[in-house]
Amino acid sequence: MWTTFLDALLLQAGYNAALVAIGAALLGIAAGTSGTFLFLRKRALVSDAIAHATLPGIGLAFILMVALGGDGRDLGGLMLGSAVTAAAGLLLVEWTARETRLSEDAAIGAVLSVFFGFGIVLLTFIQTMSSGRQAGLDGLLLGSTAGMLFQDGIIIAIGGVLSVVAVYVLRRPMTLVAFDDEFAEASGVNVRHVDLAIMGLVLGVTVIGLKIVGLILIVAMLIIPAVAARFWTERTEHVVLGAGLIGGASGYIGAALSASAPALPTGPIIVLVCALLFGLSLLFAPIRGVLASVLRHRRFQVRVHRRQGLLALVHGEAIHDRMTLAVLRRDGLIRADGVATDDGRAQAAKALLDERRWEIVRQLHFADGIKASLDGLTPIEEVLTRDELAEIDKRLGPPVVVGE
Amino acid sequence: MTGRAVEVAAQDGRILQQPPADDSPLAVRGLTVSYGDKPAIFSVDAVVPPESMMAIVGPNGAGKSTLLKAVLGIVEPLSGTVSVYGEPLAKVQERVAYVPQRASVDWDFPTRVIDVVLMGLYRELGLLGWVTGRQRKTAKACLERVGMAEFANRQIGQLSGGQQQRVFLARALAQDADLYLLDEPFAGVDAATEKAIIDVLKSLKADMKTVVCVHHDLATVSDYFDHVLLINVRKIAEGPVATTFTAENLQRTYGGRLATTHIDELRLPAG
Repeated sequence: MWTTFLDALLLQAGYNAALVAIGAALLGIAAGTSGTFLFLRKRALVSDAIAHATLPGIGLAFILMVALGGDGRDLGGLMLGSAVTAAAGLLLVEWTARETRLSEDAAIGAVLSVFFGFGIVLLTFIQTMSSGRQAGLDGLLLGSTAGMLFQDGIIIAIGGVLSVVAVYVLRRPMTLVAFDDEFAEASGVNVRHVDLAIMGLVLGVTVIGLKIVGLILIVAMLIIPAVAARFWTERTEHVVLGAGLIGGASGYIGAALSASAPALPTGPIIVLVCALLFGLSLLFAPIRGVLASVLRHRRFQVRVHRRQGLLALVHGEAIHDRMTLAVLRRDGLIRADGVATDDGRAQAAKALLDERRWEIVRQLHFADGIKASLDGLTPIEEVLTRDELAEIDKRLGPPVVVGE
Repeated sequence: MTGRAVEVAAQDGRILQQPPADDSPLAVRGLTVSYGDKPAIFSVDAVVPPESMMAIVGPNGAGKSTLLKAVLGIVEPLSGTVSVYGEPLAKVQERVAYVPQRASVDWDFPTRVIDVVLMGLYRELGLLGWVTGRQRKTAKACLERVGMAEFANRQIGQLSGGQQQRVFLARALAQDADLYLLDEPFAGVDAATEKAIIDVLKSLKADMKTVVCVHHDLATVSDYFDHVLLINVRKIAEGPVATTFTAENLQRTYGGRLATTHIDELRLPAG
């Protein structure tokens, strides 16, 4: 299996496997980048409504194509049909949330279940049609890449590239609306149109993803890459790039994995790979990851001990805590016998100044909306502006000699 | 009432509100906004004189923020007209800058201080333009004016409330407008920030700009502003602070909600 997996990664595992891998990678990039804006707009669940609302369109398109004497399984036709009902569902959610007293999540719940239920009724009916028995439409629920045609790959590729281009062109208004919709509206941006564009992009990705991951799992490809990428960065454009990267890698690796063993379904494997990348991000991302938080907490603990030790030096108190002693010794602030070094005395004076400044900060209620960085331990110059510092020092009075 | 509807009505011989004729920075006529069936503001008329600093003052739920939002097209008015420098807002959008309430956004959003300020240059940047060195310099200069230059690369969530408010003000400065509308810029900020903000606003006035603030602190109205609009759903009074910000008008605005002793502390001229 290992060699087949390598072959698949290098696109050497056969024509169909290569086609699926490239298609899945493009889909992943498109889904990751488009989904980022839905996530940042805090409307991730809308994708679920859109995805489920594709099902009746698939059924209707099949029936229509058969009635017109064509092949009901034509992917282009099925995608078109699914896009129509998905758009109807999307507009219904948007309208309900805007014009009625229902909240958006209630509207999503209603639209999702009604459209999906109708779709299932249509699929059941199609099973009874003579041409419907081997239609394989249920493959579009969870994706089925077994019989993917070259033209299917082309459609997915074009759709993926178009989505990425649209994300690039609309990145600025979408970011603006996601961060501050009132400011966007006041700047002349039509917020409703931008919201529709974000949801339209998601709709497009959902439709092109039907063949590979299917309508139920596409939500994962839209949301997980963005959430995973968020762990790595504090900048919107980097979240978008990261989500594209994670989505694309999931698609490619997932497709290669499923090609290397007969019993591994492509769509679910892609989603699992994506979830794995999410898990790794959650644990190991250097900025917001769990491990980084633990290390940060550990460093914070050292800072607390250092500060307590320095203040004890200023006040001439004995230090008993072993960690405090270890920290002070390690930093060369006290000698082995516990007496403060020159450096230690200087740092202690600085600590006392900081402490007095922080005291005034607290008195002045500077702490409104206080954040982790305003912990009273960070060097105060890093967290306050110069005029804020000047205000404090004015109240602090002239320097005094300490530690003598 | 749109301009077209006024024209049609005028041709019909029906008498309606006159369309605003003057070109003051902001003129509002008969503006009514409601959420559901309850008007948040009702038939408010107001004219902001050029190069003035105006405070919009009133109790909680008086529609102060709603008035600003209706002016900016963020909420749709039921009736009434808004004209900015004698034009409908859409025609002169680039002459108006807005500072929303700090609490209206998610400060955990993945963006840095400098990126937020660059959002003020949105109209200039358009869809495809790259941020140029000159625009970056503009944004830095705006941060400098609010004393936040060193914080350009911080994630916005790491800032204190006052610092966040300064960033919002810097974004509005980047818009380089003529009319500045601010929603409670002094709410929940520290003393140094309050001073930094008022200094910037006064420098705007010195540059012939017009500033309108929703303001909640009655004690500072006379120090900070030269004009005041008192509203409580309906407009109560409007005019220069010296003649309009009186104990009598405040009593009418706040009703029983403002104790007489509180008004006495403001040491206002007799109404």
